[in-house]
Amino acid sequence: MKEIHELHFPETVRYAHDHEWARQENDIVVVGISDYAQDQLGDITFVELPQEGDFFEKGEEFGTLESVKAVSEVFMPVAGEIVAINGELGESPRLVNEDPYGAGWLIKVRPTNATDLENLMSANEYEDMLRGLE
Amino acid sequence: MRYLPHTEDDIALMLEAIGATDLDELFAMIPPQCRKDGELRIPGPLTEWELERTAQELAETMGAGRDYVVFLGAGSYEHFIPATIRYLLGRSEFTTSYTPYQPEISQGTLQAVYEYQTLVSRLLGMEIANASLYDGASALAEALLASVRITRHDRVAVSQALHPHYRQVAETYLQSTGFEVVELPFDGDGRTDLSRISGEKGFAAVAIQSPNFFGCIEDLQRAANLSHDTGALLVVSFSEPLAYGLLKNPGSCGADIACGEGQSFGVPQSFGGPGLGIFATRMAHVRNMPGRLVGRTRDLDGNRGFTLTLATREQHIRREKATSNICTNNSLCAVAAAMYMASLGGNGLRSLASMNRDKAEYLKRELASAGFSPRFSAPTFNEFVVQAPSGFHQAYERLLEKKIVAGLPLAGYYPELDDCYLLCATETKSKADMDALVREIRS
Repeated sequence: MKEIHELHFPETVRYAHDHEWARQENDIVVVGISDYAQDQLGDITFVELPQEGDFFEKGEEFGTLESVKAVSEVFMPVAGEIVAINGELGESPRLVNEDPYGAGWLIKVRPTNATDLENLMSANEYEDMLRGLE
Repeated sequence: MRYLPHTEDDIALMLEAIGATDLDELFAMIPPQCRKDGELRIPGPLTEWELERTAQELAETMGAGRDYVVFLGAGSYEHFIPATIRYLLGRSEFTTSYTPYQPEISQGTLQAVYEYQTLVSRLLGMEIANASLYDGASALAEALLASVRITRHDRVAVSQALHPHYRQVAETYLQSTGFEVVELPFDGDGRTDLSRISGEKGFAAVAIQSPNFFGCIEDLQRAANLSHDTGALLVVSFSEPLAYGLLKNPGSCGADIACGEGQSFGVPQSFGGPGLGIFATRMAHVRNMPGRLVGRTRDLDGNRGFTLTLATREQHIRREKATSNICTNNSLCAVAAAMYMASLGGNGLRSLASMNRDKAEYLKRELASAGFSPRFSAPTFNEFVVQAPSGFHQAYERLLEKKIVAGLPLAGYYPELDDCYLLCATETKSKADMDALVREIRS
Protein backbone atom coordinates (compact mmCIF):
# COMPACT_ATOMS: atom_id res chain seq x y z
CA MET A 1 0.00 0.00 0.00
CA LYS A 2 1.12 3.52 -0.78
CA GLU A 3 1.76 6.51 1.48
CA ILE A 4 -0.90 9.19 1.34
CA HIS A 5 1.41 11.64 -0.44
CA GLU A 6 1.87 9.09 -3.22
CA LEU A 7 -1.89 8.96 -3.87
CA HIS A 8 -3.83 11.21 -6.20
CA PHE A 9 -6.82 13.30 -5.13
CA PRO A 10 -8.07 15.53 -7.96
CA GLU A 11 -9.84 18.74 -7.02
CA THR A 12 -12.44 18.19 -9.75
CA VAL A 13 -14.40 15.71 -7.59
CA ARG A 14 -15.95 15.77 -4.09
CA TYR A 15 -15.23 13.07 -1.50
CA ALA A 16 -17.36 11.10 1.00
CA HIS A 17 -16.27 9.72 4.38
CA ASP A 18 -16.67 6.18 3.03
CA HIS A 19 -14.09 6.98 0.30
CA GLU A 20 -16.41 7.40 -2.66
CA TRP A 21 -15.99 10.40 -4.95
CA ALA A 22 -18.74 12.26 -6.85
CA ARG A 23 -18.53 14.61 -9.81
CA GLN A 24 -21.22 16.77 -11.41
CA GLU A 25 -21.69 16.26 -15.17
CA ASN A 26 -24.57 18.43 -16.37
CA ASP A 27 -27.56 17.27 -14.29
CA ILE A 28 -25.98 13.90 -13.49
CA VAL A 29 -23.53 12.90 -10.74
CA VAL A 30 -20.81 10.36 -11.58
CA VAL A 31 -19.62 8.18 -8.65
CA GLY A 32 -16.50 6.10 -8.09
CA ILE A 33 -14.04 5.24 -5.31
CA SER A 34 -10.96 7.23 -4.39
CA ASP A 35 -7.35 6.35 -5.12
CA TYR A 36 -6.96 5.66 -1.39
CA ALA A 37 -9.88 3.20 -1.43
CA GLN A 38 -8.65 1.25 -4.47
CA ASP A 39 -5.14 1.11 -2.97
CA GLN A 40 -6.45 -0.24 0.33
CA LEU A 41 -8.58 -2.89 -1.41
CA GLY A 42 -5.82 -4.17 -3.66
CA ASP A 43 -6.51 -5.98 -6.93
CA ILE A 44 -10.23 -5.77 -7.55
CA THR A 45 -11.62 -8.97 -9.05
CA PHE A 46 -15.34 -8.35 -9.19
CA VAL A 47 -17.69 -5.39 -9.10
CA GLU A 48 -21.34 -5.81 -8.20
CA LEU A 49 -23.48 -2.85 -9.18
CA PRO A 50 -27.20 -2.02 -8.89
CA GLN A 51 -29.66 -1.97 -11.78
CA GLU A 52 -30.59 1.13 -13.73
CA GLY A 53 -33.73 2.63 -12.29
CA ASP A 54 -32.90 1.58 -8.71
CA PHE A 55 -33.22 4.36 -6.17
CA PHE A 56 -31.04 4.85 -3.09
CA GLU A 57 -30.80 7.29 -0.20
CA LYS A 58 -27.53 9.04 0.65
CA GLY A 59 -25.35 6.66 2.63
CA GLU A 60 -27.22 3.58 1.43
CA GLU A 61 -25.22 0.64 0.05
CA PHE A 62 -25.42 0.43 -3.73
CA GLY A 63 -22.92 -2.29 -4.55
CA THR A 64 -19.86 -4.29 -3.57
CA LEU A 65 -16.27 -4.40 -4.67
CA GLU A 66 -14.50 -7.70 -4.32
CA SER A 67 -10.73 -7.89 -4.14
CA VAL A 68 -8.53 -10.92 -3.67
CA LYS A 69 -9.05 -11.03 0.08
CA ALA A 70 -12.02 -8.88 0.97
CA VAL A 71 -15.41 -7.66 -0.06
CA SER A 72 -16.30 -4.02 0.60
CA GLU A 73 -19.62 -2.31 0.26
CA VAL A 74 -19.86 1.03 -1.52
CA PHE A 75 -22.29 3.70 -0.34
CA MET A 76 -24.19 6.47 -2.09
CA PRO A 77 -22.40 9.86 -1.67
CA VAL A 78 -25.63 11.49 -2.89
CA ALA A 79 -29.24 10.32 -2.91
CA GLY A 80 -30.80 9.60 -6.27
CA GLU A 81 -31.78 7.30 -9.09
CA ILE A 82 -29.27 5.11 -10.90
CA VAL A 83 -29.28 6.18 -14.54
CA ALA A 84 -26.20 4.25 -15.71
CA ILE A 85 -23.72 1.67 -14.47
CA ASN A 86 -20.22 1.08 -15.80
CA GLY A 87 -20.68 -2.09 -17.86
CA GLU A 88 -16.96 -2.25 -18.70
CA LEU A 89 -16.25 -3.35 -15.12
CA GLY A 90 -17.93 -6.72 -15.69
CA GLU A 91 -15.08 -7.76 -17.97
CA SER A 92 -12.37 -5.47 -16.57
CA PRO A 93 -12.85 -4.84 -12.84
CA ARG A 94 -9.19 -3.74 -12.63
CA LEU A 95 -10.13 -0.45 -14.28
CA VAL A 96 -11.12 0.63 -10.77
CA ASN A 97 -7.49 0.17 -9.70
CA GLU A 98 -5.92 1.56 -12.83
CA ASP A 99 -8.05 4.65 -13.37
CA PRO A 100 -10.29 5.25 -10.32
CA TYR A 101 -11.39 8.74 -11.37
CA GLY A 102 -11.78 7.96 -15.07
CA ALA A 103 -12.54 4.63 -16.77
CA GLY A 104 -13.04 3.06 -13.33
CA TRP A 105 -16.20 5.02 -12.48
CA LEU A 106 -19.02 2.92 -10.96
CA ILE A 107 -22.45 4.55 -11.39
CA LYS A 108 -24.22 7.65 -12.70
CA VAL A 109 -26.93 9.11 -10.52
CA ARG A 110 -29.73 11.60 -11.07
CA PRO A 111 -29.48 13.34 -7.67
CA THR A 112 -32.51 14.12 -5.52
CA ASN A 113 -30.88 16.96 -3.56
CA ALA A 114 -28.43 19.40 -5.07
CA THR A 115 -27.01 20.06 -1.60
CA ASP A 116 -25.79 16.44 -1.17
CA LEU A 117 -22.85 17.09 -3.47
CA GLU A 118 -21.95 20.41 -1.84
CA ASN A 119 -21.88 18.73 1.58
CA LEU A 120 -19.12 16.35 0.51
CA MET A 121 -15.44 17.08 1.22
CA SER A 122 -12.98 18.90 -1.00
CA ALA A 123 -9.72 17.18 -1.94
CA ASN A 124 -7.90 19.03 0.85
CA GLU A 125 -10.50 18.18 3.47
CA TYR A 126 -10.46 14.51 2.38
CA GLU A 127 -6.67 14.33 2.52
CA ASP A 128 -6.75 15.86 6.02
CA MET A 129 -9.28 13.22 7.06
CA LEU A 130 -7.02 10.45 5.71
CA ARG A 131 -4.02 11.82 7.62
CA GLY A 132 -6.20 11.70 10.71
CA LEU A 133 -6.86 7.98 10.09
CA GLU A 134 -3.18 7.12 10.24
CA MET B 1 -9.06 -36.99 16.93
CA ARG B 2 -8.12 -39.29 19.81
CA TYR B 3 -10.02 -39.37 23.04
CA LEU B 4 -7.60 -39.50 25.98
CA PRO B 5 -9.36 -40.00 29.31
CA HIS B 6 -7.77 -38.68 32.48
CA THR B 7 -6.33 -41.28 34.85
CA GLU B 8 -6.80 -41.02 38.61
CA ASP B 9 -3.18 -39.83 38.79
CA ASP B 10 -3.82 -37.08 36.19
CA ILE B 11 -6.82 -35.87 38.16
CA ALA B 12 -4.92 -35.88 41.46
CA LEU B 13 -2.08 -33.88 39.88
CA MET B 14 -4.47 -31.27 38.48
CA LEU B 15 -6.37 -30.95 41.77
CA GLU B 16 -3.09 -30.43 43.57
CA ALA B 17 -2.06 -27.73 41.11
CA ILE B 18 -5.20 -25.70 41.74
CA GLY B 19 -5.33 -26.46 45.47
CA ALA B 20 -8.58 -28.43 45.64
CA THR B 21 -8.76 -31.54 47.82
CA ASP B 22 -11.20 -33.46 45.62
CA LEU B 23 -13.56 -33.13 42.61
CA ASP B 24 -16.53 -32.23 44.81
CA GLU B 25 -14.65 -29.20 46.06
CA LEU B 26 -13.80 -28.23 42.46
CA PHE B 27 -17.48 -28.28 41.51
CA ALA B 28 -18.78 -26.77 44.76
CA MET B 29 -19.41 -23.37 43.15
CA ILE B 30 -22.06 -24.88 40.83
CA PRO B 31 -25.49 -24.32 42.47
CA PRO B 32 -26.96 -27.59 43.80
CA GLN B 33 -30.12 -27.26 41.65
CA CYS B 34 -27.89 -27.38 38.57
CA ARG B 35 -26.11 -30.53 39.69
CA LYS B 36 -27.25 -34.11 39.39
CA ASP B 37 -27.41 -35.93 42.67
CA GLY B 38 -26.19 -39.52 42.84
CA GLU B 39 -24.89 -41.83 40.16
CA LEU B 40 -25.88 -41.77 36.49
CA ARG B 41 -28.06 -44.69 35.47
CA ILE B 42 -25.64 -46.29 33.08
CA PRO B 43 -25.27 -50.07 32.80
CA GLY B 44 -22.03 -51.48 34.15
CA PRO B 45 -19.10 -52.36 31.94
CA LEU B 46 -19.27 -55.42 29.68
CA THR B 47 -16.60 -57.69 28.31
CA GLU B 48 -16.00 -57.56 24.57
CA TRP B 49 -17.91 -60.88 24.16
CA GLU B 50 -20.90 -59.60 26.11
CA LEU B 51 -20.86 -56.28 24.27
CA GLU B 52 -20.83 -57.94 20.88
CA ARG B 53 -23.77 -60.11 21.85
CA THR B 54 -25.74 -57.12 23.19
CA ALA B 55 -25.10 -55.12 20.01
CA GLN B 56 -26.13 -58.08 17.86
CA GLU B 57 -29.38 -58.47 19.82
CA LEU B 58 -30.13 -54.78 19.41
CA ALA B 59 -29.42 -54.94 15.68
CA GLU B 60 -31.87 -57.83 15.31
CA THR B 61 -34.70 -55.78 16.78
CA MET B 62 -34.49 -53.46 13.75
CA GLY B 63 -35.93 -54.12 10.32
CA ALA B 64 -32.79 -53.08 8.52
CA GLY B 65 -31.18 -56.47 8.25
CA ARG B 66 -29.85 -57.97 5.04
CA ASP B 67 -32.64 -60.55 5.14
CA TYR B 68 -35.31 -57.94 4.34
CA VAL B 69 -36.30 -57.40 0.73
CA VAL B 70 -37.03 -53.69 0.51
CA PHE B 71 -38.92 -52.06 -2.36
CA LEU B 72 -38.51 -48.58 -0.91
CA GLY B 73 -36.94 -45.62 -2.65
CA ALA B 74 -38.61 -42.29 -1.96
CA GLY B 75 -35.35 -40.42 -1.56
CA SER B 76 -33.02 -43.13 -0.27
CA TYR B 77 -31.92 -45.84 -2.68
CA GLU B 78 -30.39 -49.26 -2.23
CA HIS B 79 -27.54 -49.65 -4.70
CA PHE B 80 -24.55 -51.94 -4.82
CA ILE B 81 -21.43 -50.13 -3.65
CA PRO B 82 -18.25 -51.41 -5.33
CA ALA B 83 -15.72 -52.81 -2.87
CA THR B 84 -13.10 -50.44 -4.28
CA ILE B 85 -14.99 -47.49 -2.85
CA ARG B 86 -15.18 -48.91 0.66
CA TYR B 87 -11.46 -49.61 0.49
CA LEU B 88 -10.37 -46.24 -0.93
CA LEU B 89 -12.71 -44.26 1.27
CA GLY B 90 -11.37 -46.00 4.36
CA ARG B 91 -7.89 -44.64 3.72
CA SER B 92 -6.87 -42.27 6.46
CA GLU B 93 -6.01 -39.54 3.92
CA PHE B 94 -9.73 -39.22 3.21
CA THR B 95 -11.25 -40.28 6.51
CA THR B 96 -10.18 -37.30 8.54
CA SER B 97 -12.21 -35.69 11.28
CA TYR B 98 -12.44 -32.45 9.33
CA THR B 99 -11.81 -31.41 5.75
CA PRO B 100 -8.33 -29.95 5.65
CA TYR B 101 -8.64 -26.86 3.50
CA GLN B 102 -5.06 -25.60 3.66
CA PRO B 103 -3.73 -26.18 0.14
CA GLU B 104 -0.16 -26.67 1.35
CA ILE B 105 -1.09 -29.90 3.17
CA SER B 106 -4.26 -31.08 1.41
CA GLN B 107 -3.63 -31.44 -2.30
CA GLY B 108 -5.06 -34.97 -2.34
CA THR B 109 -8.38 -34.08 -0.73
CA LEU B 110 -8.72 -30.89 -2.74
CA GLN B 111 -8.05 -32.73 -5.99
CA ALA B 112 -10.64 -35.38 -5.06
CA VAL B 113 -13.23 -32.67 -4.38
CA TYR B 114 -12.29 -30.89 -7.62
CA GLU B 115 -12.86 -34.13 -9.52
CA TYR B 116 -16.21 -34.54 -7.74
CA GLN B 117 -17.22 -31.05 -8.92
CA THR B 118 -16.14 -31.85 -12.47
CA LEU B 119 -18.03 -35.15 -12.60
CA VAL B 120 -21.18 -33.61 -11.11
CA SER B 121 -21.08 -30.76 -13.65
CA ARG B 122 -20.76 -33.23 -16.51
CA LEU B 123 -23.50 -35.53 -15.23
CA LEU B 124 -25.96 -32.67 -14.80
CA GLY B 125 -24.85 -30.71 -17.87
CA MET B 126 -24.09 -27.64 -15.77
CA GLU B 127 -21.07 -25.31 -15.91
CA ILE B 128 -20.06 -25.38 -12.25
CA ALA B 129 -20.75 -27.44 -9.13
CA ASN B 130 -19.84 -26.61 -5.56
CA ALA B 131 -17.92 -28.88 -3.19
CA SER B 132 -21.30 -30.25 -1.88
CA LEU B 133 -23.88 -29.36 0.74
CA TYR B 134 -25.53 -31.48 3.43
CA ASP B 135 -28.33 -33.19 1.53
CA GLY B 136 -30.92 -32.85 -1.22
CA ALA B 137 -33.32 -30.96 1.01
CA SER B 138 -30.91 -28.23 2.13
CA ALA B 139 -29.58 -27.99 -1.43
CA LEU B 140 -33.10 -27.15 -2.60
CA ALA B 141 -33.52 -24.52 0.11
CA GLU B 142 -30.18 -22.95 -0.84
CA ALA B 143 -31.16 -22.99 -4.52
CA LEU B 144 -34.36 -21.10 -3.75
CA LEU B 145 -32.47 -18.50 -1.72
CA ALA B 146 -29.86 -18.15 -4.50
CA SER B 147 -32.69 -17.59 -7.01
CA VAL B 148 -34.09 -14.80 -4.86
CA ARG B 149 -30.63 -13.16 -4.72
CA ILE B 150 -30.16 -13.47 -8.49
CA THR B 151 -33.59 -12.36 -9.71
CA ARG B 152 -34.50 -10.03 -6.80
CA HIS B 153 -38.00 -11.47 -6.89
CA ASP B 154 -39.50 -12.45 -3.58
CA ARG B 155 -41.61 -15.53 -4.16
CA VAL B 156 -40.90 -19.02 -5.39
CA ALA B 157 -43.06 -21.74 -6.95
CA VAL B 158 -42.44 -25.29 -5.74
CA SER B 159 -43.99 -28.42 -7.22
CA GLN B 160 -46.10 -30.59 -4.94
CA ALA B 161 -44.53 -33.56 -6.70
CA LEU B 162 -41.22 -32.52 -5.13
CA HIS B 163 -40.14 -34.67 -2.16
CA PRO B 164 -42.32 -33.72 0.85
CA HIS B 165 -39.29 -33.64 3.16
CA TYR B 166 -37.37 -31.33 0.84
CA ARG B 167 -40.35 -28.98 0.72
CA GLN B 168 -40.58 -29.03 4.51
CA VAL B 169 -36.90 -28.10 4.87
CA ALA B 170 -37.20 -25.37 2.23
CA GLU B 171 -40.20 -23.90 4.02
CA THR B 172 -38.29 -23.87 7.30
CA TYR B 173 -35.42 -22.05 5.58
CA LEU B 174 -37.76 -19.51 3.97
CA GLN B 175 -40.07 -19.02 6.96
CA SER B 176 -38.10 -16.20 8.53
CA THR B 177 -37.23 -14.48 5.24
CA GLY B 178 -40.70 -13.31 4.27
CA PHE B 179 -40.39 -14.87 0.81
CA GLU B 180 -43.58 -16.54 -0.31
CA VAL B 181 -43.74 -20.21 -1.35
CA VAL B 182 -46.46 -21.04 -3.89
CA GLU B 183 -47.14 -24.75 -4.41
CA LEU B 184 -47.79 -26.07 -7.90
CA PRO B 185 -50.19 -29.06 -8.02
CA PHE B 186 -49.56 -32.24 -10.02
CA ASP B 187 -51.93 -33.42 -12.70
CA GLY B 188 -53.36 -36.80 -13.67
CA ASP B 189 -50.21 -38.00 -15.38
CA GLY B 190 -48.15 -37.44 -12.20
CA ARG B 191 -46.27 -34.40 -13.48
CA THR B 192 -46.30 -30.83 -12.25
CA ASP B 193 -49.13 -28.66 -13.52
CA LEU B 194 -47.31 -25.54 -14.71
CA SER B 195 -50.40 -23.62 -15.84
CA ARG B 196 -50.31 -21.67 -12.59
CA ILE B 197 -47.11 -19.86 -13.48
CA SER B 198 -47.75 -19.02 -17.12
CA GLY B 199 -48.41 -15.34 -17.52
CA GLU B 200 -47.52 -14.62 -13.88
CA LYS B 201 -44.51 -12.48 -13.13
CA GLY B 202 -42.54 -12.06 -9.96
CA PHE B 203 -41.33 -15.61 -9.29
CA ALA B 204 -37.66 -15.99 -8.43
CA ALA B 205 -37.68 -19.71 -9.11
CA VAL B 206 -39.81 -22.55 -10.33
CA ALA B 207 -38.64 -25.70 -8.56
CA ILE B 208 -39.51 -29.14 -9.85
CA GLN B 209 -38.01 -32.55 -9.23
CA SER B 210 -37.21 -35.05 -11.96
CA PRO B 211 -37.73 -37.93 -11.66
CA ASN B 212 -40.21 -36.51 -9.17
CA PHE B 213 -41.35 -37.97 -5.85
CA PHE B 214 -43.77 -40.26 -7.75
CA GLY B 215 -40.91 -41.43 -9.95
CA CYS B 216 -42.38 -39.57 -12.93
CA ILE B 217 -40.06 -37.89 -15.41
CA GLU B 218 -40.94 -34.22 -15.77
CA ASP B 219 -40.85 -32.28 -19.03
CA LEU B 220 -37.85 -30.12 -18.08
CA GLN B 221 -37.55 -28.38 -21.42
CA ARG B 222 -41.11 -27.11 -21.22
CA ALA B 223 -40.66 -26.12 -17.56
CA ALA B 224 -37.52 -24.17 -18.51
CA ASN B 225 -39.30 -22.29 -21.29
CA LEU B 226 -42.28 -21.42 -19.09
CA SER B 227 -40.06 -20.37 -16.17
CA HIS B 228 -37.84 -18.17 -18.32
CA ASP B 229 -40.90 -16.56 -19.94
CA THR B 230 -42.02 -15.39 -16.50
CA GLY B 231 -38.54 -14.18 -15.52
CA ALA B 232 -37.95 -17.03 -13.07
CA LEU B 233 -35.02 -19.43 -12.84
CA LEU B 234 -35.70 -23.13 -13.28
CA VAL B 235 -34.45 -25.11 -10.28
CA VAL B 236 -34.32 -28.84 -10.97
CA SER B 237 -34.19 -30.99 -7.86
CA PHE B 238 -33.58 -34.73 -7.83
CA SER B 239 -33.33 -37.56 -5.33
CA GLU B 240 -32.07 -40.20 -7.78
CA PRO B 241 -29.18 -38.81 -9.86
CA LEU B 242 -28.61 -42.22 -11.44
CA ALA B 243 -31.58 -41.38 -13.70
CA TYR B 244 -29.33 -38.93 -15.55
CA GLY B 245 -27.29 -41.86 -16.78
CA LEU B 246 -30.25 -42.40 -19.10
CA LEU B 247 -32.27 -39.18 -19.26
CA LYS B 248 -31.45 -35.81 -20.78
CA ASN B 249 -29.72 -33.88 -18.03
CA PRO B 250 -31.12 -30.68 -16.46
CA GLY B 251 -28.46 -28.46 -18.02
CA SER B 252 -29.25 -29.45 -21.60
CA CYS B 253 -32.94 -28.82 -20.89
CA GLY B 254 -32.27 -25.27 -19.73
CA ALA B 255 -32.13 -25.60 -15.94
CA ASP B 256 -30.45 -22.68 -14.16
CA ILE B 257 -29.73 -24.61 -10.98
CA ALA B 258 -29.63 -28.39 -10.57
CA CYS B 259 -29.58 -29.58 -6.99
CA GLY B 260 -30.40 -32.77 -5.18
CA GLU B 261 -29.40 -35.79 -3.20
CA GLY B 262 -26.31 -37.81 -4.12
CA GLN B 263 -26.75 -40.73 -1.71
CA SER B 264 -27.26 -43.10 -4.66
CA PHE B 265 -23.64 -42.66 -5.66
CA GLY B 266 -21.71 -44.86 -3.27
CA VAL B 267 -23.11 -43.57 0.02
CA PRO B 268 -24.70 -46.24 2.26
CA GLN B 269 -28.33 -45.67 3.25
CA SER B 270 -27.47 -46.05 6.95
CA PHE B 271 -30.49 -44.80 8.90
CA GLY B 272 -31.31 -42.05 6.44
CA GLY B 273 -28.04 -40.14 6.56
CA PRO B 274 -25.56 -38.69 6.06
CA GLY B 275 -26.58 -37.68 2.58
CA LEU B 276 -24.85 -35.65 -0.07
CA GLY B 277 -26.16 -32.28 -1.20
CA ILE B 278 -25.34 -31.77 -4.86
CA PHE B 279 -25.49 -28.20 -6.18
CA ALA B 280 -24.64 -27.08 -9.71
CA THR B 281 -25.38 -23.98 -11.72
CA ARG B 282 -24.21 -21.76 -14.55
CA MET B 283 -21.04 -19.66 -14.38
CA ALA B 284 -23.13 -16.49 -14.55
CA HIS B 285 -24.49 -17.32 -11.09
CA VAL B 286 -21.26 -18.46 -9.45
CA ARG B 287 -21.06 -15.47 -7.09
CA ASN B 288 -24.50 -16.25 -5.78
CA MET B 289 -23.71 -19.92 -5.32
CA PRO B 290 -23.61 -21.19 -1.72
CA GLY B 291 -20.93 -23.48 -0.35
CA ARG B 292 -17.25 -24.14 -0.82
CA LEU B 293 -15.60 -24.35 -4.19
CA VAL B 294 -12.30 -25.93 -5.14
CA GLY B 295 -10.43 -24.47 -8.09
CA ARG B 296 -7.39 -25.50 -10.11
CA THR B 297 -4.44 -23.17 -10.32
CA ARG B 298 -0.64 -23.03 -10.64
CA ASP B 299 1.85 -22.60 -7.83
CA LEU B 300 4.95 -20.36 -7.86
CA ASP B 301 6.93 -23.01 -9.76
CA GLY B 302 4.20 -23.43 -12.38
CA ASN B 303 3.00 -26.79 -11.08
CA ARG B 304 -0.68 -27.67 -11.13
CA GLY B 305 -2.34 -27.21 -7.75
CA PHE B 306 -5.76 -27.08 -6.13
CA THR B 307 -7.14 -24.55 -3.69
CA LEU B 308 -10.41 -23.13 -2.41
CA THR B 309 -11.55 -20.27 -4.59
CA LEU B 310 -14.19 -17.51 -4.66
CA ALA B 311 -14.25 -17.67 -0.87
CA THR B 312 -15.45 -14.07 -0.74
CA ARG B 313 -19.01 -15.50 -1.03
CA GLU B 314 -18.55 -17.22 2.30
CA GLN B 315 -19.31 -16.13 5.81
CA HIS B 316 -15.75 -16.01 7.18
CA ILE B 317 -15.16 -13.10 4.75
CA ARG B 318 -18.60 -11.87 3.78
CA ARG B 319 -20.14 -12.16 7.27
CA GLU B 320 -23.89 -11.52 7.32
CA LYS B 321 -23.93 -10.97 3.56
CA ALA B 322 -22.54 -14.41 2.76
CA THR B 323 -24.43 -16.54 0.24
CA SER B 324 -25.04 -19.17 2.90
CA ASN B 325 -24.58 -19.77 6.60
CA ILE B 326 -23.07 -23.12 5.79
CA CYS B 327 -19.40 -22.91 4.96
CA THR B 328 -18.48 -26.54 5.00
CA ASN B 329 -19.12 -29.49 2.72
CA ASN B 330 -19.93 -33.18 3.02
CA SER B 331 -16.46 -34.05 1.88
CA LEU B 332 -16.31 -37.77 2.60
CA CYS B 333 -19.65 -38.42 0.89
CA ALA B 334 -18.64 -36.18 -2.03
CA VAL B 335 -15.41 -38.12 -2.45
CA ALA B 336 -17.40 -41.38 -2.32
CA ALA B 337 -19.65 -40.05 -5.10
CA ALA B 338 -16.63 -39.06 -7.20
CA MET B 339 -15.16 -42.55 -6.75
CA TYR B 340 -18.50 -44.10 -7.64
CA MET B 341 -18.94 -42.07 -10.82
CA ALA B 342 -15.33 -42.67 -11.83
CA SER B 343 -15.64 -46.42 -11.11
CA LEU B 344 -18.71 -46.80 -13.30
CA GLY B 345 -17.75 -44.36 -16.00
CA GLY B 346 -20.20 -42.95 -18.54
CA ASN B 347 -21.05 -46.32 -20.08
CA GLY B 348 -21.38 -48.00 -16.69
CA LEU B 349 -23.76 -45.32 -15.42
CA ARG B 350 -25.80 -45.69 -18.57
CA SER B 351 -26.13 -49.46 -18.38
CA LEU B 352 -26.81 -49.37 -14.64
CA ALA B 353 -29.52 -46.77 -15.22
CA SER B 354 -31.04 -48.91 -17.98
CA MET B 355 -31.03 -51.91 -15.67
CA ASN B 356 -32.84 -49.91 -12.97
CA ARG B 357 -35.47 -48.77 -15.41
CA ASP B 358 -35.97 -52.25 -16.88
CA LYS B 359 -36.36 -53.84 -13.43
CA ALA B 360 -38.89 -51.24 -12.38
CA GLU B 361 -40.83 -51.72 -15.63
CA TYR B 362 -40.88 -55.48 -15.04
CA LEU B 363 -42.21 -55.00 -11.52
CA LYS B 364 -44.79 -52.49 -12.73
CA ARG B 365 -46.06 -55.00 -15.30
CA GLU B 366 -46.15 -57.92 -12.88
CA LEU B 367 -48.01 -55.85 -10.27
CA ALA B 368 -50.53 -54.78 -12.90
CA SER B 369 -51.30 -58.44 -13.53
CA ALA B 370 -51.98 -58.78 -9.79
CA GLY B 371 -54.52 -55.95 -9.80
CA PHE B 372 -52.27 -52.96 -9.02
CA SER B 373 -52.89 -50.29 -11.62
CA PRO B 374 -50.30 -47.60 -12.29
CA ARG B 375 -51.64 -44.41 -10.72
CA PHE B 376 -49.97 -42.02 -13.16
CA SER B 377 -49.39 -42.23 -16.89
CA ALA B 378 -46.07 -40.31 -17.19
CA PRO B 379 -42.93 -42.36 -17.89
CA THR B 380 -40.94 -43.38 -14.81
CA PHE B 381 -37.38 -44.38 -13.94
CA ASN B 382 -36.80 -46.83 -11.08
CA GLU B 383 -39.84 -46.12 -8.95
CA PHE B 384 -43.53 -45.64 -9.60
CA VAL B 385 -46.90 -45.26 -7.88
CA VAL B 386 -49.56 -47.95 -8.00
CA GLN B 387 -53.14 -47.92 -6.83
CA ALA B 388 -53.56 -51.00 -4.65
CA PRO B 389 -56.77 -53.05 -4.47
CA SER B 390 -58.71 -51.96 -1.40
CA GLY B 391 -57.74 -53.85 1.72
CA PHE B 392 -54.13 -54.17 0.61
CA HIS B 393 -52.91 -52.52 3.81
CA GLN B 394 -53.60 -55.78 5.63
CA ALA B 395 -51.56 -57.71 3.09
CA TYR B 396 -48.84 -55.05 3.48
CA GLU B 397 -48.53 -55.93 7.18
CA ARG B 398 -48.47 -59.63 6.39
CA LEU B 399 -45.69 -59.03 3.86
CA LEU B 400 -43.73 -57.10 6.48
CA GLU B 401 -43.84 -60.14 8.73
CA LYS B 402 -42.37 -62.10 5.84
CA LYS B 403 -39.64 -59.49 5.62
CA ILE B 404 -40.82 -57.88 2.42
CA VAL B 405 -41.33 -54.10 2.45
CA ALA B 406 -43.86 -53.54 -0.35
CA GLY B 407 -43.16 -49.86 -0.97
CA LEU B 408 -44.21 -46.68 0.77
CA PRO B 409 -47.89 -45.99 1.55
CA LEU B 410 -48.48 -42.45 0.27
CA ALA B 411 -51.64 -41.55 2.21
CA GLY B 412 -49.55 -40.03 5.01
CA TYR B 413 -47.95 -37.57 2.60
CA TYR B 414 -50.80 -37.10 0.12
CA PRO B 415 -54.24 -37.79 1.64
CA GLU B 416 -55.70 -37.79 -1.89
CA LEU B 417 -53.46 -40.75 -2.75
CA ASP B 418 -55.17 -43.15 -0.38
CA ASP B 419 -54.40 -46.80 -1.24
CA CYS B 420 -51.45 -45.66 -3.34
CA TYR B 421 -47.96 -47.07 -2.86
CA LEU B 422 -44.59 -45.90 -4.14
CA LEU B 423 -42.42 -48.86 -5.13
CA CYS B 424 -38.80 -48.88 -6.20
CA ALA B 425 -36.70 -51.56 -7.90
CA THR B 426 -32.98 -50.94 -8.29
CA GLU B 427 -30.30 -53.34 -9.55
CA THR B 428 -30.29 -54.92 -6.09
CA LYS B 429 -33.67 -56.56 -6.74
CA SER B 430 -33.49 -59.85 -8.60
CA LYS B 431 -36.27 -61.25 -10.76
CA ALA B 432 -36.78 -63.83 -8.02
CA ASP B 433 -37.24 -61.04 -5.43
CA MET B 434 -39.85 -59.32 -7.56
CA ASP B 435 -41.64 -62.57 -8.46
CA ALA B 436 -41.73 -63.48 -4.76
CA LEU B 437 -43.35 -60.12 -3.95
CA VAL B 438 -46.05 -60.57 -6.57
CA ARG B 439 -46.62 -64.20 -5.53
CA GLU B 440 -47.07 -63.17 -1.90
CA ILE B 441 -49.50 -60.42 -2.92
CA ARG B 442 -51.60 -62.86 -4.92
CA SER B 443 -51.77 -65.47 -2.16
